[in-house]
Amino acid sequence: MDPFGSYKFAISARATDKQIRKKSQDGGIVSAAYIHGLESGLLDGVIVADKGEDFCAVPKVATTVDEVLSAAGTKYTTSPNLSVLKNAVREYGCDKVGFVGTPCQVQSIRKMLKYPVGYRHVPDKIALVMGIFCMENFPYNGLKTIVEEHCGIKMEDVAKTDIGKGKFWVYSKWGDVKTIKLKDTHPYEQQSCHVCMDYTAELADISTGSVGSPDGWSTIFIRTANGEAYYKAMEDAGVIEIKNIDDVKPGLGLVEKLANSKKDNNGKERAHRKEIGLPLPY
Amino acid sequence: MVKVAHVQLSSCCGCLVSLTDTYEKLLDVLGAIDLVYSQTLADVREVPDDVDIILLEGSVCINDHHALETALACRKKAKILVALGACAASGNITRFSRGGQMSKPVHDAFAPLTEVVKCDLAIPGCPPSPEIIVAVITAALEGDMDYLEPFAELAKYGSEACGCDLINKVINKSLCMGCGACAAACPTRAVTMECGRPAIDKEICIKCGTCSVQCPRIRFPELIEKIE
Ligand SMILES: Cc1cc2nc3c(=O)[nH]c(=O)nc-3n(C[C@H](O)[C@H](O)[C@H](O)COP(=O)(O)OP(=O)(O)OC[C@H]3O[C@@H](n4cnc5c(N)ncnc54)[C@H](O)[C@@H]3O)c2cc1C
Ligand code: SF4
Ligand code: SF4
Ligand code: SF4
Repeated sequence: MDPFGSYKFAISARATDKQIRKKSQDGGIVSAAYIHGLESGLLDGVIVADKGEDFCAVPKVATTVDEVLSAAGTKYTTSPNLSVLKNAVREYGCDKVGFVGTPCQVQSIRKMLKYPVGYRHVPDKIALVMGIFCMENFPYNGLKTIVEEHCGIKMEDVAKTDIGKGKFWVYSKWGDVKTIKLKDTHPYEQQSCHVCMDYTAELADISTGSVGSPDGWSTIFIRTANGEAYYKAMEDAGVIEIKNIDDVKPGLGLVEKLANSKKDNNGKERAHRKEIGLPLPY
Repeated sequence: MVKVAHVQLSSCCGCLVSLTDTYEKLLDVLGAIDLVYSQTLADVREVPDDVDIILLEGSVCINDHHALETALACRKKAKILVALGACAASGNITRFSRGGQMSKPVHDAFAPLTEVVKCDLAIPGCPPSPEIIVAVITAALEGDMDYLEPFAELAKYGSEACGCDLINKVINKSLCMGCGACAAACPTRAVTMECGRPAIDKEICIKCGTCSVQCPRIRFPELIEKIE
């Protein structure tokens, strides 16, 4: 099985700007790309998953650097980022929209671009499609159970959540750090994630995630000509620091392992659903 | 030259506006085709006998024999009959017509074209975007059957499209991952996202089918994966 989908090249990188790195999840690649876009005119509006009340995720059209920064960081719960896509064009009047989403959302936006039945004058306004790696997501109340019942932190006190080293991490605003074994979070996963075969956002222009690179750095796949041109512009402007992916630990091998395990496990679930007569996306 | 006709039955002209809203792309399309009939765009009184593609907009008033005859005639005259827009594809808002309206109070039954005659393709959407109209016409001109397959399927099975599709075909089947594509696509804002799932306001849904055709968890043609 092809673990990553097609791509031109992969690198390890992080945002040069310390302010971006402080606020973002990993290397701050998404925020750096967005901020560079807004400041250079390559983008005039970007879609983010903002922090709502009690650490829920709220899709939002951001047009300023501050808005991008305040929405940085991962929310391990569904944020229907496409739901504001048409607003970006209609209400905000954006011509060059940047999008970020989980692999499934990237599939959604690619479908919108090829089959834009209900998206009048939207397709040509999408300037950049970024994808973030994703093994699974949680419904909000699933996340809440993990955080409140297993970790003993109130949702209103959450500053950051993270997945790494086999654990789910919760950081509170007051400095507490609690963890739960990743395998104990499985019962709270969004069940529809179990038909998903894409770990690295294979249809994005640029995909990024933490796995494969050292802490504070991100692994990046540049996939399309558009993605390459955008990446080049970021590199020329010096907004990211870059390392050769072959020189970093643990490297692409780990990404490959995880991508394949997602494809194996979910491939089995798909076969099972098919066997009992349930529909799959076709 | 490929002969194309645009015919209207019970409709609001929205699909026609969308067709003409393609700006320079329409010129490309018009340059590639011979528009042999269109009440608004061409000065012709009769739909000619041999037309390659007929785009038929609107639903069919079952109480009006003229409408039935036009539908049948279009079927006979067209090599490819396209149900253009939600009224022709799935009935759309005309599903709710129940007569009593001046000047024809007895006109109380409307069915989508796809339920009256066999259609080759159906393009849902109220109205469908100019981009999708151009894409379908272009694919039909090029014989790109892979691209057209979902529209051929909708022509056969899509006439009951409704916001309920999201519940029945996606959420109830544990397929919805909460992307929000349906909510953005809905022309009436009948779809809102609640806890990462679409909620449908049935009072506002007009049965245009846009939400479910846009959902990647029902239909995801392989060609979408071809990116450059
Ligand atoms: C559900 C989920 C599962 C993930 N699983 C993995 C994994 O298994 N392995 C891995 O390497 N990486 C995973 N990631 C990606 C990782 O957590 C980071 O999002 C990614 O590395 C980008 O970090 P950054 O510092 O470059 O981005 P930042 O600069 O922090 O920006 C992140 C951007 O993503 C947006 N965002 C946050 N949450 C969501 C969401 N739920 N849906 C859509 N957009 C969102 C934010 O608004 C922000 O714009 C996952 C992310 C999510 C949302
Ligand atoms: S696992 Fe797949 S379906 Fe679930 S959120 Fe991630 S990309 Fe979407
Ligand atoms: S919910 Fe909206 S998009 Fe879906 S069929 Fe109803 S009106 Fe159309
Ligand atoms: S488009 Fe489909 S998968 Fe996406 S939110 Fe709507 S119903 Fe769910």
